[in-house]
Amino acid sequence: MQTTSPSNVGAPAWWYDRTARALALQAALLFAVVAASVFFFSNVQTNMAARGLTLGFGFLDRAAGIPIGESLIPYTPSNSYARALLAGLLNTLRVAVFGCLLVTLLGVFLGVLRLSENPLLSGLVGAYIEIVRNTPVVLQLVFWLVVFQQLPSVREALNPLPGVYLSQRGLKIPVLEWNDAAAYALVGLALGIAAAVWTMRRARAHQMQTGEYRRVWPICLGYLVLLPLAAAQLTGDRLVLSVPELQGFNFAGGAELSPEFAALLTGLVIYTAAFVAEIVRSGIQSVGKGQWEASRALGLSNGRIMRLVILPQALRVIVPPLTSQYLNLTKNSSLAIVIGYQDLFSVSNTSINQTGQAIEVIFIMMTVYLVLSLLTAAGMNVYNTRVALKER
Amino acid sequence: MADLAAPIAAPVAARATFASVATALRVRYFGTPLNAVITLVCLYVLYKMLPPILGWAVFDAHWTGTAAQCREARSGACWAFIDEKFWFAVFGLYPYELRWRPATMLSLFSVMVGLSLFRRLWSKQLIYGWLAASVLMFVLMDGTFFGVEIFGTQVPTRLWGGLTVTVFIAVFGLATGYPVAILLALGRRSHMPVVKWFCVAVIECVRGVPLVTIIFMAAIMLPLFLPAGMTIDRLFRIQFAYTIFSAAYLAEVVRGGLQGLGRGQYEAAESLGLNYAQKMRLIVLPQALKMTIPAQVNTFIGLFKDTTLVVIVGIFDFFTTLRAALGDPNWMGFPNEAYVFAALTYFILCFGMSKYSQRLERDLSPETRR
Amino acid sequence: MKFATIFAASAAAFFVFAPAAVLAGPALDAIKQRGTLRCGVQGPGNPGFGVPDTQGRWSGFNVDICRAVAISIFNDPSKVEFVPVTTQSRFPALASGEVDMLSNNTTWTLTRDTNVNRFNFPAIVFYDGQAMMVPRRLNVTSARGLNGATVCVQPGTTTELNLADYFRQHNMTFRPVVVADLDELRRTYDAGRCDVYTNDFAALAAQRTLLTNPRDHVILPERVSKEPLGPAIRQGDEELSNLVAWTVFALIDAEEMGITSANVDQIAASSTNPVVRRLLGAEGNMGESIGAANALYARTIIKTVGNYGEIFERHIGTNTPLGLERGQNNVWTKGGLLYAPPAR
Repeated sequence: MQTTSPSNVGAPAWWYDRTARALALQAALLFAVVAASVFFFSNVQTNMAARGLTLGFGFLDRAAGIPIGESLIPYTPSNSYARALLAGLLNTLRVAVFGCLLVTLLGVFLGVLRLSENPLLSGLVGAYIEIVRNTPVVLQLVFWLVVFQQLPSVREALNPLPGVYLSQRGLKIPVLEWNDAAAYALVGLALGIAAAVWTMRRARAHQMQTGEYRRVWPICLGYLVLLPLAAAQLTGDRLVLSVPELQGFNFAGGAELSPEFAALLTGLVIYTAAFVAEIVRSGIQSVGKGQWEASRALGLSNGRIMRLVILPQALRVIVPPLTSQYLNLTKNSSLAIVIGYQDLFSVSNTSINQTGQAIEVIFIMMTVYLVLSLLTAAGMNVYNTRVALKER
Repeated sequence: MADLAAPIAAPVAARATFASVATALRVRYFGTPLNAVITLVCLYVLYKMLPPILGWAVFDAHWTGTAAQCREARSGACWAFIDEKFWFAVFGLYPYELRWRPATMLSLFSVMVGLSLFRRLWSKQLIYGWLAASVLMFVLMDGTFFGVEIFGTQVPTRLWGGLTVTVFIAVFGLATGYPVAILLALGRRSHMPVVKWFCVAVIECVRGVPLVTIIFMAAIMLPLFLPAGMTIDRLFRIQFAYTIFSAAYLAEVVRGGLQGLGRGQYEAAESLGLNYAQKMRLIVLPQALKMTIPAQVNTFIGLFKDTTLVVIVGIFDFFTTLRAALGDPNWMGFPNEAYVFAALTYFILCFGMSKYSQRLERDLSPETRR
Repeated sequence: MKFATIFAASAAAFFVFAPAAVLAGPALDAIKQRGTLRCGVQGPGNPGFGVPDTQGRWSGFNVDICRAVAISIFNDPSKVEFVPVTTQSRFPALASGEVDMLSNNTTWTLTRDTNVNRFNFPAIVFYDGQAMMVPRRLNVTSARGLNGATVCVQPGTTTELNLADYFRQHNMTFRPVVVADLDELRRTYDAGRCDVYTNDFAALAAQRTLLTNPRDHVILPERVSKEPLGPAIRQGDEELSNLVAWTVFALIDAEEMGITSANVDQIAASSTNPVVRRLLGAEGNMGESIGAANALYARTIIKTVGNYGEIFERHIGTNTPLGLERGQNNVWTKGGLLYAPPAR
């Protein structure tokens, strides 16, 4: 088809040639994309000029003036827009990271329960999954916010443990005050984790070689507790515990988990876990019955069969769809605006309203979400290649 | 003899069945200590949850009457509020006198959906029917067709609202998104680098950001991109965002179907001398699309639920209209009823769709039935 | 470049078969050509100021202002479309021409007038000030005693900025709870999530009536800011600006002169007062000067929606659930701030 013999009457038109056609099509697409970009960009400049605005990121240095309720970095309304957006981003990350962790735990747990032989239990879990999957997540978030607002008022806060208060202002827990000692303790903790991991690896290698099981968890625990404490002694400072106390309107001191954050996290985790549970269920079901029977023949208990034989194999099926659920959770965290948690989208939205710099802010916001998504996907891909079936 | 035997045999059989059922039940619910504990915990949860919920929603509820009567009783749900606001939630701000138009549009839509449920009726005619119905639905809502008044005066989209808008956004989002999705999916598998990377970029960028940001962009940023003096209706801007969003998600579903198709199908089509368009239209796409119908329905359920997100830009969809109804000075203070009603409506629609998709999955793939 | 224009235009036409309105020339001409005024009101609804009823018909204080302007332009109160906008989407909606006028309690500020979006505020229809509401049991009597409080506030508003300024000015700290939706915000406060609920006084009073126990809450005496609220239009059309301004002034003048919807016909027929006669179109030609549909615009307005006081009392006055006092929003002759320039 592509080649024609020279004896033909005249050369055929170029559009009968596959390569030429492909080139022409691509050139046209490229030109259209470039032309559209130029067109839109020039419109933007004209329109912005008509409104007395200029494209640019200069506004990021201006004082924002917008209050942000909870922030992982120190922030006051007199800080810049850049810092406000950063505080919003960190709030998004906080929900995304905790959400992904919790959703994995809850989703796997529910997926296993869904397969319970007790029809009552599997039925209840099934009902939960169907209800949650078939209603809009926005409605669920509002529901959870209302639930968390039913907690007792700040003056009648529940006090389940010394120093821990639960009220409609959220959960207050004691934390270490940040000083040199705490910093050293943090370094100590990192060392402790490294030492514990190393010890466990050694024990595992030992077991692989000799079959002898070494009990190492007390040693690991020792590393985790003693190293930070020892490190804290190296400085003049002492570790000080900041305990929440009712002062004036609110609790002072300690760390806070706000009801908005709790409602968003709960809502997203409960919602996404229903999807993850179904993924886990089908993953487990994809493992052949023979695996169960073989493991039982080895005398393993049901729990150990699940943990050591079934789940590792099911992971191959589970991980790819699980990745998209992580992405969904991260993206759905932008619904925080509905219940008043100030994430990246919420802060961006307010910034646009106060500055009028819609294009720049939306550009920043979309780029950040895109990068987050791509990073998550990339990370999960690396993990996926590790759990994927290795054919030797 | 037969007369005598029957009454004796029957109770024995009944007893045996009863006993075996009882044993089966005991084994299933109380077979092991753990199982017994699970059963008891489940029963306790049900005992704790069901009575208050049923009491509020059914037994103590007020089904008719006025807000004052509801407030006085203050015991159960006030469904009278929904009774009063039901048609407002369905039609939103659409002019009262012209409500027959969205009502007809919804009926037409229901009939089309009803027809489409029967696989026997799946044919080219049905697709043409949908195309014709879509145009008719639009004309019913708008009232005019290219400037000619057909059903009376034109009703601008900013007056559309309620369930009609939810259905409109979802259906037209899918209808316009579907062809784009197929093009994107084919483009992504193309051998032409520019086409391929363009499609990859579009799909990944759209899927990588939250829908609210895309809606927000369409609502607030799009006017800045247009030449001065040119405006696009707000609902259509949202519709545009929604189309792109659904196209990107559907494209990935379709791509899954394309990849799932064996190489042999492509090679066989090529050996018949079919060109690219013929190959795709006659051999590849029909199979790939059919294979992924359940996944498409699931994607559509997700997209349907996501229509609630237009709340961010103030479009009066079903959910937002209900919330607007909460602001009526005569009917203040029944948010729970509104939210429960909204949740129930979405649940019924989505659950119906998901059940249907499960049945389709079984029907369409008899070879994998276990 | 020309190709690009054609390409984009045809692409847009392909995707959206919506009528592309061309905003040629001044906004007033475009409105007249279109045949309806597009008025942006607070959506999903702001009790007293603008809510849709069960049949989807809007009513409220701000809604009647829109109707009055529609009468001036078209001599017909029905030639107005209400477009619900949120606090977040209102400015883009006005700037892009999606609405011709905002009538949703937008505060007139320097930035909004000049900088951010280049709007015009032809007149003030409501004098307000930001206030703070607290539960009675907290025993707070002054906003100065709110150090460390948790404050419920709506984002994207001047309220939010004023709040931060006020606490910084008095060296106090606060913890904001930011909820975009007014109903959601009220429920959050009602549930006890915040110690303080801050908003413009009128809105606050309206919201108080909707709390579980309105009498358990007090509005503190301090006014944290000045909040002159009024309709906003795009800059660049003096005719529309004049028309909106003089429509509002007509409402105020009518109340000052004691002209109501009940007696307007009778006064128009019998009055010998030249000021009254000019306003009601019996003398002079003020209608033409402001670009109204006819000389009797003020008469039709007063007959249809009433004078300023009637609108106020009908939607937000003491006999409504909102129960607002006239206060500053009374004509100057009765101790208020409403003072219309002379109509001559």
